[in-house]
Amino acid sequence: MTLRYPFSAIAGLDELKTALLLTAVDPLIGGLLAFGDRGTGKSTAVRALAALLPNIRATTGCAYHCDPDQAESMCDACRETVKLKIRNIPIPVVDLPLGATEDRVIGSLDLEKALTKGEKAFEPGLLAQANRGYLYVDEVNLLEDHIVDLLLDVAASGENVVEREGLSIRHPARVVLVGSGNPEEGELRPQLLDRFGLSVDVRTPTEVKTWVQIVKRREAFERNPSAFLETWSKEESRIRRQIVAARKRLTDVAVPDAMLEQAAALCIHLKTDGLRGQLTLMRSARALAAFEGKRELQLSHLRRMATPSLRHRLRRNPLDETGSHVRIERALVEVFGA
Amino acid sequence: MTASADAPDLLAADATMAAALLAIDPAGLGGAVLRGSSGPARDRWLKAFRRFLPAGAPVLKLPPYAAADRLLGGLDVPATLSAGRPIFERGLLAAADGGALILTSAERFEPDKAALVAAALDAGELTVQRDGISARLSARFALVAFDEGHADEEHIASSLAERLAFHVRLPDITELEMGDASEVEAARVVLRFVTVPDAIAEALCNAARALGIASLRPVLFALRTTRALAALDGRHAATEDDATTAARMVLGPRATRLPAADDQTADAEPEAPQETPQPESDDDTGSPAPSELTELLLQAVKVALPKGVLENLTGTISLSSSRAGAGAQSAKAGTRRGRPAGTRKGDPGNGNRLNLIETLRTAAPWQRLRNSIAPNRPGIKIRREDFRINRYRERHETTAIFVVDASGSAALARMAEAKGAVELILADCYIRRDRIALIAFRGRKAEVLLPPTRSLSRARKCLSELPGGGGTPLSSAIDMAGLLAHQVRGGGGIPLLVFLTDGRGNIARDGSPDRASALRDSTDSARALRSLGVRSLVIDISGTPAEAASRLAASMAATYLPLPHAGASQISNSVSVAMKAAGASR
Repeated sequence: MTLRYPFSAIAGLDELKTALLLTAVDPLIGGLLAFGDRGTGKSTAVRALAALLPNIRATTGCAYHCDPDQAESMCDACRETVKLKIRNIPIPVVDLPLGATEDRVIGSLDLEKALTKGEKAFEPGLLAQANRGYLYVDEVNLLEDHIVDLLLDVAASGENVVEREGLSIRHPARVVLVGSGNPEEGELRPQLLDRFGLSVDVRTPTEVKTWVQIVKRREAFERNPSAFLETWSKEESRIRRQIVAARKRLTDVAVPDAMLEQAAALCIHLKTDGLRGQLTLMRSARALAAFEGKRELQLSHLRRMATPSLRHRLRRNPLDETGSHVRIERALVEVFGA
Repeated sequence: MTASADAPDLLAADATMAAALLAIDPAGLGGAVLRGSSGPARDRWLKAFRRFLPAGAPVLKLPPYAAADRLLGGLDVPATLSAGRPIFERGLLAAADGGALILTSAERFEPDKAALVAAALDAGELTVQRDGISARLSARFALVAFDEGHADEEHIASSLAERLAFHVRLPDITELEMGDASEVEAARVVLRFVTVPDAIAEALCNAARALGIASLRPVLFALRTTRALAALDGRHAATEDDATTAARMVLGPRATRLPAADDQTADAEPEAPQETPQPESDDDTGSPAPSELTELLLQAVKVALPKGVLENLTGTISLSSSRAGAGAQSAKAGTRRGRPAGTRKGDPGNGNRLNLIETLRTAAPWQRLRNSIAPNRPGIKIRREDFRINRYRERHETTAIFVVDASGSAALARMAEAKGAVELILADCYIRRDRIALIAFRGRKAEVLLPPTRSLSRARKCLSELPGGGGTPLSSAIDMAGLLAHQVRGGGGIPLLVFLTDGRGNIARDGSPDRASALRDSTDSARALRSLGVRSLVIDISGTPAEAASRLAASMAATYLPLPHAGASQISNSVSVAMKAAGASR
């Protein structure tokens, strides 16, 4: 298999990198959308995240790698098993490629078994594989509508319901949805947009210095990938440790009422649709606090997570040239003070 | 600057060089777009390229209308049926691993297919998740795309062009150097030992910025080209000459503007070219050497730019790239007859297409039973009740075609307000996911500024860049609108025409400034449009509602809306109602 470019060596893209790391700290943030310019390394960053993710405890012999510590989110088979066998697995990162068909996304009758043995067996799909992990859709705006519908259902319920070919199966599918794309090739359906916890606007770096850095590192990586990975391995493990520590600390981060009120005030001021924005803002700000080793959520965390949490939830006039970013910045000053 | 790339020998040399470099690092360079119609030059180029590739490397033809399963692979139906178990067949992308794909008529390649190829180019591998198959296959290939679109027509999807290092214009002559295949062979071995000095990497970055290249990919391509050039020469270290050639070949065709004269090279903003002298690039990189080299690279690019491009580059070039993408998009609409929406039980034929995978799945559980009934008949036993056919959900998209009068009289009157109204309508289209197109008319003729698209950002850009002034070629605009409406219909969509004009045409169909014949022509055009039966609106943007526009509306049987009486939002509402009605009438 080809070696992947390490996450820590990615120059620029700070907002995207932070957002990605936070989804690893708290999966409940609800995924991430990276929309923006071509050739900026959006998918490189997403794919590189896989190498940083910590291991999780999972049941053995289960296609959905259920969490042995959470009975309520287990599949039926695991729940009925008296003595579960446990193993450690890396958090799954599953690619949903363009051109994928429905049967592979939700799972279907195992054709091989059916044809050769006459058995009616369920062959789990990508949603099963991605349970408790990431489902990554590159060029998400080009995904066919009926596949998008499937994702919307699953993202809302955390469960995949398969009713086809005489199969009737229901299994947990708690996935962190990560999408990337270029808006020039088509917009994203508003319903799907809302399903992403965070949204990052990826722009080509403007500093020549950053360009040079990117090009030089890329050159070094291409000439000798394994040596390059070696050079960055220390930095990679540092970030990995930071994620693990933040995941542990997450529940201990205090969220003062005053901060809750501030977040609510901001959302009201911006007239964001629904409560999801406010929830995401709280969660991501708390994850950021945890990631930075803080014990308490501070205003600065809210400030920094406001744009990625809310930018895609503003009731937008799609033609307004002033981007959501500017509107949020303005609201931050008005609500939180300069 | 007398030397010009229009000189066929330079073109030919670069074309051959591109073939050699591509054969040295196919996956790293992605491929090449070759512009020019088919002919002996193209055949010769392909012959040279094949010779440069390693012996036995696959070179496969990718037809522009290839279906997704042809690209990605799928179930091999005959083999599956005879073997009695699923057999996977590799698609073209995986089959081309280690070699090249040749895409002919690249301008006809649909954007959704282009996205599949682009994903494989990016990853060097292919992820297949379809028809019960889950596979990850190596797919390291170079894509050679022959773009036969003429100057103003459709071109290869920009998402794909972006991922191919070389954009080459093939010369019309046949004297294409065949090159030395053994040198290329040796270069492939040397390639991984070649180092590129940091100064060159920096200079390439600076040069790209100075040429207004917004993406980093071209810089990486230029860097890899530099490396491949050194390898071709048998050297382990890349030189400035390598970088100069690489800049000319890779950055040159992508330049969107010319660097300001002399020594500003590192300025990022085209608006402020004067105030940024040397220091910026020096501060950034910490060494003074690159700027000289940058200058060298820029000179090389400038010299190689073909005649005529220089003048164009100073203008609004940014449009051309986005329009290329838009053109490709409109091609897609022509074949969109509904999207796959699962399968259902039913007989194939009568336009119903059998879905073999689902049919097999349905039949599979019964095989044991059926075999016990008829043990002597070999193979899989499929009965009529197993048949599953594809369902398509045909979405009749409405395409609102805006025909905007940008002539002097209109511009003077209410251009700004008209734009405001259009923007509101655009926003509404966006929400309902309708498509929009933009035709503008001024001067001597009408022009399709934006083929049907769903990209709002593109529409907005187009509209804001719309220049005003000049005559009013009304009849030409109506003709063009009719043509576009017809095309939209041909693609299964529903056209809606929205004219924004004062109705005072003064340029006749033949382009002559004669008011009387202009009026006659526009009335004729309007009647012709009426016979098409396309739903239309005429929005009168003159200061005081005039008879001209209402008469025009009458002759094309359009709804007439004078802007002075209706605010922008009211107009938007009217159009919205009309669009919904258009959608419902199907």
